[in-house]
Amino acid sequence: MTETILINIALVILFLPLLGFAATINLGAKIKKMYYFEIFIITATLILTIIAAFFKLSDFVNTQIGSSFTWIAFDTVKIDLGIKIDNITVIMLFVVNLISFLVHLFSLEYMKGDKRFNRYFAYLGIFTFSMLGIVLTDNLLMMYIFWELVGLSSYLLIGFWFEKKSASDAGKKAFLTNRIGDIGMFLGILILFANYNTFNFDVIYSQINLGILPFDSTVWLTAAGILLFMGAVGKSAQFPLHVWLPDAMEGPTPVSALIHAATMVAAGVYLCLRLFVMLTSDAMLVIAVVGAFTSFLAATIALTQTDIKRVLAYSTVSQLGYMIMSIGIGAYAFAFFHLVTHAFFKACLFLGSGSVIHAMHHSQELEDLGGLRKKMPVTYLTFLISTLAISGIPLTSGFLSKDGILAGTLAFGELTGHWLIPILGFTVALLTAFYMFRLLILTFHGKPGNQEKYNHAHESKWVMAFPLVLLSMLSIFIFYTPNPISAESGWFLDKWISTPETVVPESTRFEFMKSSDSELVDANFVHSKLYEETMHHVHYPAMILSVLLGGIGILFAFLFYQWKKINVDKLTNSIRPLYNLSKNKWYLDEIYNATFINGTLALSKIISWFDQYIVDGIVNGTAKITKIYSTYIKWIDTYIVDGLVNLTAILSGIIGLALRKLQTGKVQTYIVYVILSLLILLIVFKPV
Amino acid sequence: MEGFPILSLITFLPIVGMLIILFLPKEQQQAIRLTTLLITFIQIVLSVIMLMNFDYKASGIFDNSTFQFVEKFRWIEIPGISWLGTVKVDYFLGIDGLSMPMVLLTSIVTFIATLSSWNITKAVKGYFSLFLLLNTGMMGVFVALDFFLFYVFWEIMLLPMYFLIGIWGGPRKEYAAIKFFLYTLLGSIFMLLVMIGLYFSAKETLPDGARVFTFNLIELTNIANYSADGILAPMNPNNWRLVAYIALFIGFAIKVPMFPFHTWLPDAHVEAPTPISVILAGVLLKLGTYGMLRISFPIFPDITLQLAWYIGLFGMINIIYGAFCALAQKDFKKMIAYSSVSHMGYVLLGIASLSTTGINGAILQMFNHGTITAMLFLIVGVLYDRSHTRGIDDFGGIAIQMPIYTGFVTVAFFAAIGLPGLSGFISEALVFVGSFGSENIRILAMVSTLGILLGAAYMLWTLQRIFFGELNQKWNELKDLDWREYSMLIPLTLIILFLGIYPSAILDIMNSSVKSLVDFIITNANNFYITSL
Repeated sequence: MTETILINIALVILFLPLLGFAATINLGAKIKKMYYFEIFIITATLILTIIAAFFKLSDFVNTQIGSSFTWIAFDTVKIDLGIKIDNITVIMLFVVNLISFLVHLFSLEYMKGDKRFNRYFAYLGIFTFSMLGIVLTDNLLMMYIFWELVGLSSYLLIGFWFEKKSASDAGKKAFLTNRIGDIGMFLGILILFANYNTFNFDVIYSQINLGILPFDSTVWLTAAGILLFMGAVGKSAQFPLHVWLPDAMEGPTPVSALIHAATMVAAGVYLCLRLFVMLTSDAMLVIAVVGAFTSFLAATIALTQTDIKRVLAYSTVSQLGYMIMSIGIGAYAFAFFHLVTHAFFKACLFLGSGSVIHAMHHSQELEDLGGLRKKMPVTYLTFLISTLAISGIPLTSGFLSKDGILAGTLAFGELTGHWLIPILGFTVALLTAFYMFRLLILTFHGKPGNQEKYNHAHESKWVMAFPLVLLSMLSIFIFYTPNPISAESGWFLDKWISTPETVVPESTRFEFMKSSDSELVDANFVHSKLYEETMHHVHYPAMILSVLLGGIGILFAFLFYQWKKINVDKLTNSIRPLYNLSKNKWYLDEIYNATFINGTLALSKIISWFDQYIVDGIVNGTAKITKIYSTYIKWIDTYIVDGLVNLTAILSGIIGLALRKLQTGKVQTYIVYVILSLLILLIVFKPV
Repeated sequence: MEGFPILSLITFLPIVGMLIILFLPKEQQQAIRLTTLLITFIQIVLSVIMLMNFDYKASGIFDNSTFQFVEKFRWIEIPGISWLGTVKVDYFLGIDGLSMPMVLLTSIVTFIATLSSWNITKAVKGYFSLFLLLNTGMMGVFVALDFFLFYVFWEIMLLPMYFLIGIWGGPRKEYAAIKFFLYTLLGSIFMLLVMIGLYFSAKETLPDGARVFTFNLIELTNIANYSADGILAPMNPNNWRLVAYIALFIGFAIKVPMFPFHTWLPDAHVEAPTPISVILAGVLLKLGTYGMLRISFPIFPDITLQLAWYIGLFGMINIIYGAFCALAQKDFKKMIAYSSVSHMGYVLLGIASLSTTGINGAILQMFNHGTITAMLFLIVGVLYDRSHTRGIDDFGGIAIQMPIYTGFVTVAFFAAIGLPGLSGFISEALVFVGSFGSENIRILAMVSTLGILLGAAYMLWTLQRIFFGELNQKWNELKDLDWREYSMLIPLTLIILFLGIYPSAILDIMNSSVKSLVDFIITNANNFYITSL
């Protein structure tokens, strides 16, 4: 296996799904079984990915491989496109393709009988292609290109059942909300390109490392970081742009699992990982605060939602907030680690909910569910394992990654004094355990909500059950580390993922990221000594605290919903305003509707009015004035100019008429005229 | 290719076609249509031949010797009229990297528009004759290098367009046609005045050594040709040059159309029959920005540099204002018309950057907008032909009834939104990269990014209202596309896809010309300042 072969495999992995899409979308209407081609494609992609990942992580574990070509060149501008394969890339490739593959399988049964079956698989193909592009890119432009393309596939899949207004609304909302973030990201890209004349990550970073700053100022560097981060705010559903994700649940449930839980929404986190080294401390702080607040906001909303998918959607927002926060506090490796573990257990949860929804004939309200544990043992068990993982209970993958992040927040609080972040982080840990077990209990325990549907419910077929089993297996610690309480001793964090050294000027780094203090520097720079030490001594307190909080959350969920020791309704009534705030998602949709959306529509009406009546009014007014003016001219022309002409004519007529009388034709009269004239002449010219 | 008058051929071939049609009996409708189709197809072949023989390195712009396929001979010559000296006008054709993409675009769009004219049944003979005359006018403008000749072609377009809208248009056709005619004529008058002013300001040297006043666009870019007392001479310290620039600019801006001179466009589009809308949006609007690049920029580099910010400002206004107007429209066709206003704003923004990236992006945007908007108007036409209504809210669920059509619509809409992988993206991106990179208009570029959001908003909202939701039962008999509609939409889709993936196909044509234009403006603008100080 050489580098060239690896690159070629990566390119094949990238373009295979595009082929799947192109073939399926064009031939799908004619060939009924076309979706098998797409299944074949994704299987091939997965196999190649496993091969590529294996060789990368064994033979080339410490090398970065890449390849690029010039796409556009003119004058001094040269735009290259290319791919970059490092450890993060191949792990992401594996995660994306594995989940995509499982979702394809799952969909075979879940989407059975849909009239646009082939098109559905085609859309999955273009999604996979776009997502792989994001993963493989070595430059910002390609990142943006594929960023938009995943936006497209997300739009198409959310609105897949476009007959439903709520579905097409949700698709539109997702696309437009994302675009807001994308504008920021685009401006960030423009700042970097204007200064470095390249889109390539590594070239830009090496320039920054040399001390060349955008417009010679650290402020612009911070601005570029924050603007690029805006892209992640949109795609990874961070406050204030998170509102699209819960609505995106209108899409088919396997799509929610693939796109809106495991992979696409994590693209924002992935982008931040790629940008990590150019983030200044100010930018990082912004990111940390946004992430921490989002995770808290979403967790509070998840507490009261009654739709199984919505609870999961808010938990996704919340967990994404964790990852984003983790980047902000400098816990790079744990952000990625959590991305991976979350992808598996969240995909499992969503597919589990899909299994439930499928069994219950598209019932997804919690009040209709309940008691399914006995009817659907496989779904229940896998759901339970994933719920334990997301709640951060030991022996699960979620415990490892979450614990790392929480320890990071504690260290961050201690090192920088920003204690709000660990406080939010730990609160969310408590809330997460509570609402996830609430969901589990209300779905699988207790009594059936809808007896009739319950009676018909049954365990799903193997194509749906197999993905659940596999994904829940991947939520167990052993795949990441042999030591169930320390992730760092495992291959994942020890061998594969290491924090890259930041390139921003020393003056814009956090104290704990300064290179002066980094005695631990080796080939793989990790963190300064200070940070390492702090991490070490907060590790156990953080772990104990997080397990404790998770346990309390679970305990309360059981007290509330299983054993009914505490009356939920009574409690709800006593904190009605808080309950309403959570139930109504902090009223953010209402606020956005009232301000931005209605504002824009009103403004468009005003501008259109202005256009029609003022701008065009002036044009038509000018025409009207010209017309009126011309009628006056016509009047002048008819009555004055032409009048004068006619007057002359009339006058000559009158004179003629008068003089005519003189011409009688009688010789006698003429002789009288002659004599009279002669007399007059004689008088006038009388000789002197 | 040496000596073969390919430019005259491509320009006047439609006139030949027109003559043939005039001799055909008017009952022979199919023959008339086929003649037109053949003529426009030959034009495509000719422009492809030109492209194959095109020297990508020759820059053109201000350099006489690097124009290609040049044809030049004396057209009008009146020797020795008192102080005027010899009055002469050259028949001077030639192309460079600026005009080559436009010639290509014109031939493609007119071919598609001919196909789209197939269902015109009223006075077929008259229609196609005027259509071909219009074709000559458009082609002529893009290949003329003599201002007088340019002006003649410019005016030739006006007349057929007036009748094509006024006779074959919708309910308010007379109003729209007159508005279009008068508005454009107003612009022409400005242009005429500037043309005469320039004529009396510069002299070219003939081969025999005589110095005569000139309309030659290339000679007019040469500062050495101006006499110090010429009213529009760069070294003449009066403000007439500025006034002339603005007048000429307005003449072109009306065609673009630039706010606040854009209101003829929605009316003309809504009333014009589909193929004429296609031509109008696909080609005619580009004449405005082409005129700026061909005439205003190289002849007035000093003023261009001085006013670049304002050009950018109007570009920004177009982008945002047009988008807001589009968002408010209830008529499908009018919505697309306003989206044109918005998208042409990117062209203005790009050329205002005075950078190679921005201007490359702008010209590419002209080409892409031509194909994308042509497709959008065809799409409107497809639906209007079937339903005889254009109200966006009158539809709903059309995707269920016409899935293939909806597929094409989705491609066109997303191309207009600027989705990567489709052609609109890269041109808009280059415009933004160029204008953001130019310190002068950086702020304008930043504000203009709002257009990306608004563009997506009105497009997706329209897509939703017309195509999604439950099928409005009124439309449950609409048929999906027929072969003729495929033949129009497929080629455009392929072009949009191809240029989205490989934009260099067009960019490479214009690179050297654009570079030379930018260098010329920057160096000469500075020279002029020095001489005027």
